[in-house]
Amino acid sequence: MIRARGLVKRYGSVTALDGLDLRVPEGRVLGLLGPNGAGKTTAVRIFTTLLVPDAGSAEVAGLDVRTDPQVVRTRIGLSGQYAAVDEHLTGFENLDMVARLYGLGRRRSKARSRELLELFDLADAGHRPVKTYSGGMRRRLDLAAALVAEPSVLFLDEPTTGLDPRSRIDLWGVIRDLVAGGTTLLLTTQYLEEADRLADTIVVIDHGRIIAEGAADELKAQVGGERVELVVGSGSDLAVARTALAELASGDVQVDEHARRLTAPVHGGAGVLMGVLRLLDTAGVVVLDVGLRRPTLDDVFLQLTGHAAEGQADEGQVDEGQAGGPGAGIPTAPHLDGDAPTIRDEEKEAVR
Amino acid sequence: MNPVLRTFADGAVVAKRNLIKIKRVPDILVWTLMSPIMFVLLFAYVFGSSIDVPGGNYREFLIAGIFAQTVIFGATFTGAGLAEDMQKGVIDRFRSLPMSRSAVLFGRTASDIVTNLLSIGVMAATGLLVGWRVRTSPWEALGGLLLLLVFAYAFSWVMAYVGLLVRSPEVVNNASFMVIFPFTFIANTFVPSENLPSVLRAIAQWNPVSSVVQACRELFGNINPMAAATPDVWSLQHPVLYTLIWSGVIVAVFVPLAVRQYKRSTSH
Repeated sequence: MIRARGLVKRYGSVTALDGLDLRVPEGRVLGLLGPNGAGKTTAVRIFTTLLVPDAGSAEVAGLDVRTDPQVVRTRIGLSGQYAAVDEHLTGFENLDMVARLYGLGRRRSKARSRELLELFDLADAGHRPVKTYSGGMRRRLDLAAALVAEPSVLFLDEPTTGLDPRSRIDLWGVIRDLVAGGTTLLLTTQYLEEADRLADTIVVIDHGRIIAEGAADELKAQVGGERVELVVGSGSDLAVARTALAELASGDVQVDEHARRLTAPVHGGAGVLMGVLRLLDTAGVVVLDVGLRRPTLDDVFLQLTGHAAEGQADEGQVDEGQAGGPGAGIPTAPHLDGDAPTIRDEEKEAVR
Repeated sequence: MNPVLRTFADGAVVAKRNLIKIKRVPDILVWTLMSPIMFVLLFAYVFGSSIDVPGGNYREFLIAGIFAQTVIFGATFTGAGLAEDMQKGVIDRFRSLPMSRSAVLFGRTASDIVTNLLSIGVMAATGLLVGWRVRTSPWEALGGLLLLLVFAYAFSWVMAYVGLLVRSPEVVNNASFMVIFPFTFIANTFVPSENLPSVLRAIAQWNPVSSVVQACRELFGNINPMAAATPDVWSLQHPVLYTLIWSGVIVAVFVPLAVRQYKRSTSH
């Protein structure tokens, strides 16, 4: 349903895509994963006819996006990185406008808009201007707008960037339901957990090139084994703990000095964990927390690129209020009440 | 669907969306309705009272100039509106839809005609309150207003192109100020062009803003029979025709330019 061969796109001296090959079979979900600037959005823009590649070919639903862009547009839905809904229109007016522009007649357009508002739990808010919506509601509306014409292929470009954890989990539920209905989906994300939860296949890209590809489990297997993760009581213990851990680890020990956390791949499960604890006890290191876990996509990314996914803190902590890491590019949503404004609003406020 | 009909239908959808915004965004409404009132009052009382035209009525002379300047400034909306849509990713959504490739621009410029109609209505009412009178037939006066709208429509395509090019509403606003101010001042808008020094006089006499204003003055009957005759320049002797030619040329050049820019523009 979606296919790219050797896509190249340059902006001046910057190469955004460097010979990208992709294939998404019908009804499957591909997660395109990578840090900011990896080329994810550029790829989506080419597939959705917004951008013409410098080289290579892209097909959507069997149609070449360069020679048949207008037909491609009838088959796709796009929901962008920033919710491209008009904040002065109501939710209903936004959907009705998009439906008319897809070519639906007046009556069908209104009916479809009402149906989508219902489906996305926006029926009550449908007659309020979008500027009164929370970040999560805007994203849902944006997603609804992408689905107006019941497209067979859907592109979601970082659908949950900037959302607070609860809204993100809600949106994941919505997306999972969609996919269960047989929609082919290409999803870009810089959240490793998101790709893990939603995608059948994950393609990891960096600097416009594929660096790994496979099911989440395959990628994790590629990194191999389990991880021992432990947190020590004081910074001065880090060096000792590192030496102890290195004795039993099957790979490099990662140290996060700020969190006083050490992570290392191991073979041998619980037995190794016991061994580590014994060593640390002998060395007199106070251990605050210790555990054995399966490798996450973070580990995959680290292993493949030699650097962490930018701005990405550890996976699996979404429920603890961690919407994004402290690093560059990812907005941190401090609210847990589902009403957090998106970063875009904050930017706009600053402009005003 | 027939492509022309499709452009028309899609353009209407986009125009409707823009018009809803006029209603909901107080800034737009204030600018559309208040600033024309302010201009009329300011010029009528500040300039109109202090400058004495022997045997003439400077206040009446000013009205057509104020009308023209205001509707030309109205084109800034077109550019700023498109730049804002570009910045917010709305244009990306439009471009990913199977809609007509020029409908966003036709819809935008069409809704700005409505904005200009509102402005003209408010200015005319304010003008009548401060003593402006139409001294010809209502039909001729309507013809004058129509000509204003035609020229403003053509000029809004220039700003549409600029808006898509610079992608920032703030830059559009500043840039249009830099361009439109001299464009509307080096003309017969507020002073008779004959009084200007030679180079400026030539520019002013061939400036289409002058011909629009001249045409309106004639159609409103605001030309003082006692004052010097209209300068013997073709553009001012045939102001309606000259204005229409300019409008046609601007549309012929800037519609394709703006549509081409729209097709290749992305927001980020």
